[in-house]
Amino acid sequence: MPPLARRNLFHDRIRLAVTLTGIVFAIVLIVVQLGLFIGFSSTTSNLIDNSDADLWIGSHKVPYIEQGAPFSERKLYTVLATPGVAQAEKFIARFAPWQSPDGRREGSLIVGFNPYGTLGRPWNIVEGRVEDLQSADTVFVDELYRKKLGVWRVGDIAEINGYRLRVAGFTRGIRSFTTSPYIFASFKNAQNYANIAVDQTTYILVRAVPGTDLEELRRRLSERVADVDVYTTAEFSRKTRFYWMFTTGAGIAVLLAAMLGLVVGVVVVTQTIYATTMDHLREFGTLKAMGASNRYIYRIIIQQALISAVLGYALGMVVSLFVVRASREGGAAILLPASLAAGLFALTVAMCIGAAMVSINKVTRIDPAMVFKG
Amino acid sequence: MRTAIEVRKLQKVYSEGRAAGVRALDGVDLDVFPGEVMLLMGPSGSGKTTLLSVMGCILRPTSGNVRIRGREVTSLAESELPRLRLENIGFIFQGFNLFPTLTAGENVEVALDLKGVRGTQARRRAGELLELVGLSEKRNTFPADLSGGQKQRVAIARALAGEPHIILADEPTAALDSTSGRNVIEKMRELARQQGRAVVIVTHDNRTLEFADRIVHIEDGQIREDSVSLMGNAARNLTAAAELAACGI
Repeated sequence: MPPLARRNLFHDRIRLAVTLTGIVFAIVLIVVQLGLFIGFSSTTSNLIDNSDADLWIGSHKVPYIEQGAPFSERKLYTVLATPGVAQAEKFIARFAPWQSPDGRREGSLIVGFNPYGTLGRPWNIVEGRVEDLQSADTVFVDELYRKKLGVWRVGDIAEINGYRLRVAGFTRGIRSFTTSPYIFASFKNAQNYANIAVDQTTYILVRAVPGTDLEELRRRLSERVADVDVYTTAEFSRKTRFYWMFTTGAGIAVLLAAMLGLVVGVVVVTQTIYATTMDHLREFGTLKAMGASNRYIYRIIIQQALISAVLGYALGMVVSLFVVRASREGGAAILLPASLAAGLFALTVAMCIGAAMVSINKVTRIDPAMVFKG
Repeated sequence: MRTAIEVRKLQKVYSEGRAAGVRALDGVDLDVFPGEVMLLMGPSGSGKTTLLSVMGCILRPTSGNVRIRGREVTSLAESELPRLRLENIGFIFQGFNLFPTLTAGENVEVALDLKGVRGTQARRRAGELLELVGLSEKRNTFPADLSGGQKQRVAIARALAGEPHIILADEPTAALDSTSGRNVIEKMRELARQQGRAVVIVTHDNRTLEFADRIVHIEDGQIREDSVSLMGNAARNLTAAAELAACGI
């Protein structure tokens, strides 16, 4: 087929620019909003997802990780004695007030873990070693929150709940969904900082013997350990994410903005593809008079839409990648996983084809006799 | 002799638009034969273009019959008409109706593509057709860079791409200067004479009279006169005499 679709599209560069701008705008808006959603979502559950645990044991009906109620740490021994458990460690996640060296007060979330163990440890450590947290009153913070917490380097001193502490290291990119940054500390220190009694914990993290049926182990633990709920890591992660994203309404707002981006994109693209078709209506009439079937003409319009989709998507992704890269330095992460990028391509194609359908509807009604009018 | 187009008791009353209620054709009977050039003449609004559109199967009559090469077409489904047009009819328009974003060669290739001729074969055939209309050197030129006469010759090449038995032309010389108009009409007459195609031309242009075999006058949707063109026959006779003389007969 002669390149009628491509030529028609590139013939009017300004209109093409408007079409592509519409698609790019829609893509960037959707990437930012959905990327924020994914970023927020993964941030809310990052402690769980990076815990290396198979099961989480917490107080009854805990709605999300930060809300675990303390329970007796003696349950740890019951857990360890349960067949199928390879490893079990105490874990704390509790809000506590932080006081920076200059006296400013900030909220913080104390994360207490066993520095001699392997579960619930900080990750992406860029300064210091986890073993440094075995010392009394030492903590790790994320470098994103240096300014907020008023600590700039290893050795800086701050306070939590009246306990004087020393920064022993930094992590990179461990964001908190709330305004309270994570403060990693040994379980013992965390008990002090979070005002948790010495014989209590808020979670027990469990690593199963390889090959163990997790559902079976969970059932067994639920039977043996009283007054707690047992979740698989995936389940607890989902529960926490759902709470923050939907119960608080934060996720709904972001999703609505993403949908708005889609609607705006569809409207702009529909309008421009329709206008392009109208500009060439006489040519489509000529094709019809020459004996072209409707299908032949639809193919030209859909080709135009597909070319627009591919170009718009490519440009949109370039802009989006810049935005995503820039967000790494900010407080809110915009994530663009490969699945989102692939989904967006499908969405862009669907958006452009959908826009083309409006034009196709118009072209179907062309009276080929129009070619004889002047 | 089998007719190329046969029209019987044709009526067309427009039912919508600004022309709603207008009786554009009122009991038209007409036969068009292969190899002849027929001019459809008449004042504006007389029904010429409507008749051309109905004969071209792009407008449905209100009543009456149209046969294209013996096949009754008025009862065909809408979806069957594009193929009928594709296989039988080539159109030439007053405004050329070339695709402005395609080169002359590609414009012809579009028509070949509709017939399923593609790739190298289409390019070769488009070249032949442009050569036939004397425009082989303009193959890669866009319509905007062609003169009116050249555009119309590209349109003729495009109309011929489908090997149609019938060529319907709507005011093909209206936008052309006298020389270009003459060249275009001569080319169309050649197509009728040498290739046996039926050529129907809607025109107001008296310069075309000498190339016609028949002249049909239409007024108020009715055929007022259907006559053999003496000028056309005289011209043909002169040409034939010249050819005989050249052969020493």
